[in-house]
Amino acid sequence: MAEFWDIYLLPALIIVGQILLIVLPLLLAVAYLTLYERKVMAVMQLRKGPNVVGPFGLLQPLADGAKLFFKETVVPTGANKVLFLLAPMVTFILSLIAWAVIPFDEGWVLADINVGVLYLFAISSLGVYGIIIAGWASNSRYPFLGALRSAAQMVSYEVSIGFVIVTVLLCAGTLNLTGIVESQKGDLGLLNWWFVPLFPMFIIFFVSILAETNRHPFDLPEAEAELVAGYQTEYSSMAFALFFLGEYANMILMSGICTVLFLGGWLPPADWAIFTWIPGIIWFGIKIAILLFVFIWVRATLPRYRYDQLMRLGWKVFLPFSLFWVVLTAGVLVYMDLVPA
Amino acid sequence: MIISTIAFYLFAAMTIASAFMVISAKNPVHSVLYLILAFFNSAALFVLLGAEFIAMILVVVYVGAVAVLFLFVVMMLDINFAELRQGFLQYLPIGGLIGLILLIELILVVSGWALSPEAIQVGSQVSPVVSDLTNTEQLGHIIYTDYAYLFQIAGMILLVAMIGAIVLTNRSRPGVRKQNIARQVYRRPEDSMAVRKVEPGQGV
Repeated sequence: MAEFWDIYLLPALIIVGQILLIVLPLLLAVAYLTLYERKVMAVMQLRKGPNVVGPFGLLQPLADGAKLFFKETVVPTGANKVLFLLAPMVTFILSLIAWAVIPFDEGWVLADINVGVLYLFAISSLGVYGIIIAGWASNSRYPFLGALRSAAQMVSYEVSIGFVIVTVLLCAGTLNLTGIVESQKGDLGLLNWWFVPLFPMFIIFFVSILAETNRHPFDLPEAEAELVAGYQTEYSSMAFALFFLGEYANMILMSGICTVLFLGGWLPPADWAIFTWIPGIIWFGIKIAILLFVFIWVRATLPRYRYDQLMRLGWKVFLPFSLFWVVLTAGVLVYMDLVPA
Repeated sequence: MIISTIAFYLFAAMTIASAFMVISAKNPVHSVLYLILAFFNSAALFVLLGAEFIAMILVVVYVGAVAVLFLFVVMMLDINFAELRQGFLQYLPIGGLIGLILLIELILVVSGWALSPEAIQVGSQVSPVVSDLTNTEQLGHIIYTDYAYLFQIAGMILLVAMIGAIVLTNRSRPGVRKQNIARQVYRRPEDSMAVRKVEPGQGV
């Protein structure tokens, strides 16, 4: 019995505790990301934003959550009921499980696996299923069109994301996320991070994650002028809330991946005493918050792309350029003898 | 150890069950979803074998790309279920015959399977080379040193297939107006606008 406790039960309990430690703050972050978005957009558009519920509108996300929770779940008559309810769960769960491999600080990672980057890539490529199943199961025109658009869009941009990841891997020499962060450590601090030598790739990656998370200016799947609300038109109550949470958790996740790959993860921008006093997880959070700010900034600034322009950008601009950059990076690394062991 | 055994039987049973559901589900969309489940469970089996790289690639390539396109196509099809079932009875004899032949062939192959004595000897020595190299690096070493030419040839074959598919499906339709972004960018106000001083009552 004691053996059973030591080998199975205790580790299982510890893992469950760690999962809760990741998921609960994440859900809180998602809730406040919606407030962050509304407040930042409001300032950019010279408005006040939510300021009624609680001081500075700080309780607004909780009020929104409670409202959604008490609404009625409507399942359309023609819908495929099982798949209709499965779709939001898929979206939500996929946005959570990817966090298992993200290193928050040195050694602060739930599963430090060797193929961390590939795992993230695999999970993010599954995100399309929630949307496409939702569109099909709703048995309704607008959701279906939104789902088809989204499937094509996500598959297109994943290709260039893959090549961007390959360039980072070539430079870092490992698929392990902790290893990638460690490879950005150096005397130059900020200038050692991969976004400096791979700056064009950083830009391509950021634009691609905008498309991958269906955010502006690539939010064609839910273009309200043409498709009502796209794939989530028929959803209400908690099913809608799960889509919403999943989408915002995905934004945070993608910013996290971008931070790990290009912005040095938990590393401080310079080796000065003031900076090194601040714990790594705070730096990680600050970097994610900056990237999320850019997400919102883009939303408040840019008009929506037309669908053919979106496809053109993905296949005719990003794909050839990132392919070229992979070859260039590999060539330079071999020529200068910089290939990591 | 017992956990991994339980996990193996769980994933293996799920793989077989979902593979069976792929061919028996009435709705083709459900079939594709079961296929995805089967891919997932095989990926889990690869993880249990310690082949994490192949497991992830299986998910990325098959679940993330191939199955999405399957689902895409199947959802777009306009399916008449009554017609499907009619066709089912019509094609049952031929399909059954082909299935039977495949089954007999499989049984013949598996029952005639014999390991060469050397292979058994190598297998009985156990102890795979313990090294610090990760799974991915080992695969890389093998593919890019021992089998570099074969790898290149495989890439070439895929390239030919890809170009072939593009050539077969690409058709230039006359009368379609396309956006030429370079032309738009290089367009200047002087090219398309002229400022005229118009006298009142004269017109342009």
